[in-house]
Amino acid sequence: MIESLARLKRHAAAPWAGAAIVALALLALPFALAAVGTTWVRITNLAILFVFLSLGLNIVVGFAGLLDLGYVAFYAVGAYVYALLASPHFGIHWPFWAILPLGAAVAALFGVLIGAPTLKLRGDYLAIVTLGFGEIVRIFLNNLSQPVNITNGPQGIARIDPFRLGGIDFSKSDSFLGLTFSGPIKYYYLLLAVLLAVIFINVRLQNSRIGRAWEAIREDEIAARAMGIDTNRIIALTFVIGAALAAVAGVMVASYYGIAHYAMGSQLGLKAFCAAVLGGIGNIPGAMLGGVLLGVVEALGAGYIGDLTGNMFGSNYQDVFAFIVLIAVLVLRPSGLLGERVGDRA
Amino acid sequence: MDVFIQQVINGLTLGAVYAMVALGYTMVYGIIQLINFAHGEVVMVGAMVAFSVIGALAPSGLPPLAIVLVAAGCAIPVCMLIGYAMERAAYRPLRGAPRLAPLITAIGVSIILQHLAMLIWSRNPLAFPQIIKVESYHFAGATITSVQIAILSISLAMMAGLAALVYRTRLGTAMRATAHNPQVAGLMGIDANRIIALTFVIGAALAAVAGVMVASYYGIAHYAMGSQLGLKAFCAAVLGGIGNIPGAMLGGVLLGVVEALGAGYIGDLTGNMFGSNYQDVFAFIVLIAVLVLRPSGLLGERVGDRA
Repeated sequence: MIESLARLKRHAAAPWAGAAIVALALLALPFALAAVGTTWVRITNLAILFVFLSLGLNIVVGFAGLLDLGYVAFYAVGAYVYALLASPHFGIHWPFWAILPLGAAVAALFGVLIGAPTLKLRGDYLAIVTLGFGEIVRIFLNNLSQPVNITNGPQGIARIDPFRLGGIDFSKSDSFLGLTFSGPIKYYYLLLAVLLAVIFINVRLQNSRIGRAWEAIREDEIAARAMGIDTNRIIALTFVIGAALAAVAGVMVASYYGIAHYAMGSQLGLKAFCAAVLGGIGNIPGAMLGGVLLGVVEALGAGYIGDLTGNMFGSNYQDVFAFIVLIAVLVLRPSGLLGERVGDRA
Repeated sequence: MDVFIQQVINGLTLGAVYAMVALGYTMVYGIIQLINFAHGEVVMVGAMVAFSVIGALAPSGLPPLAIVLVAAGCAIPVCMLIGYAMERAAYRPLRGAPRLAPLITAIGVSIILQHLAMLIWSRNPLAFPQIIKVESYHFAGATITSVQIAILSISLAMMAGLAALVYRTRLGTAMRATAHNPQVAGLMGIDANRIIALTFVIGAALAAVAGVMVASYYGIAHYAMGSQLGLKAFCAAVLGGIGNIPGAMLGGVLLGVVEALGAGYIGDLTGNMFGSNYQDVFAFIVLIAVLVLRPSGLLGERVGDRA
């Protein structure tokens, strides 16, 4: 039996068969989860979102070693671009696929705006400046309702158009081949598809000329420059790529939840950061594991925290739960679950 | 001109609070190069504890001033304990870890403290009891209240006390030595761990006083009040030159004045397009400008290697 398994493993088609099994499992996953409860599909979607954000952060923080705490501002920018161009707020209803690149481009522009003046800053200083940029974006989103109502102030923008593919509305349930595709299940497939694209981009970037330049800059910037790497250009590029990825996540979230809110990023951004660190920053599987873990821990925390504490704490303490897990992991394993060695600057 | 004087007074008051909080950031950063993101939350806890104590003692008929003093007297040890506990439990195990780990842990501690406060004091803004009657004094067309005078004089006294502690005592010498070079300080017989813990505790005591002051100034306390205040105080510390104690004092006061003047004049300058609700933006604009133009801050001697 074992021998035959080993022979099977050596077979040329084995990796393909493995990939096919994983793909089938991923395709079937939402239905298995939906059988337990639709909440679980939502939790999975949230976990995918965390993975998504932490992969983007992985590029900026992990690969390039730039401590960007304002990353999530770009996510809010993406969400608002979609919200403004596909909602009753201005009465504009552009299609999703037109806004997605536009949102990424607008965020990339903001990325240049942040990247250019901070080229000389590293480490903690960069962290605090980007945090400041994030705050500025948040304050503007909150207040740009006067004199011209652009962002609708603290109420945010609601009733944003859902994603549509052909004639299929992703916010409604549909039956197809005897299976019920609820809204969250459809979004699961959409998020998964985009996530796979992002993973592909991550892997390809890591093994590219740019990826090697990032690593060189992270480990020793002066040596990198001596080797002929244009560090300023690479760092600016990092901000642009990170911003565009975050904006894609923002566009997806706006279409999934149907609302854009000025404070939507602040907590989520920290959590994505934590997810990346939890898994081990600079490490693609680590960022993914961290995202999934954080999503699940949080959902479980929210679900069971009441029972565990005799209803003393409700589900509104789920964030505490997530961060306690995070601190425990960091205290026991400072470089994260799958972390290799992290450069001093990261 | 009246607006100018008034805004300078308001700014100085606010700046005194920023300076007190900024000292906590700058001392910790100076000694272990950690941005203690949870420091703002310590300020909030100080305000909240004082709120509870004042609420409990208000009907007792004690003189109002005594109640406020008791409240501050309760808030300070509680905050010192929190400062010590977070250093001991969250930061000390991570000493020598990659830089990112303590930074993220600090963010985590901050969020945990915030939520614990939400659990204890509810998520609603609490009206901070104004038990002392506020007197207003007029001069040169502007108004200054007794609360503002109290804030200015208390913070001045505390900062003078801190300066004396850091520059005149053996403990202060040990703190400066540890900040300069922990290894060599250790060789000279200084227990670096004890000094670091003490730095956290002293910073937390200042934060507690700042919390009581800011809550009585605005008349409101809220579980999330600490994060933005903390962020701005950090901006103040950077403005003055991080790790530099006089710098934090100067930076705090300057930032307060810039913010107040900005809020007072932004409407006129932009033809009423932006109102004073953009007040919070100024701190960050100042921060970015400082870091781009003079990363070591106004009084910064030591230019960080990564700055």
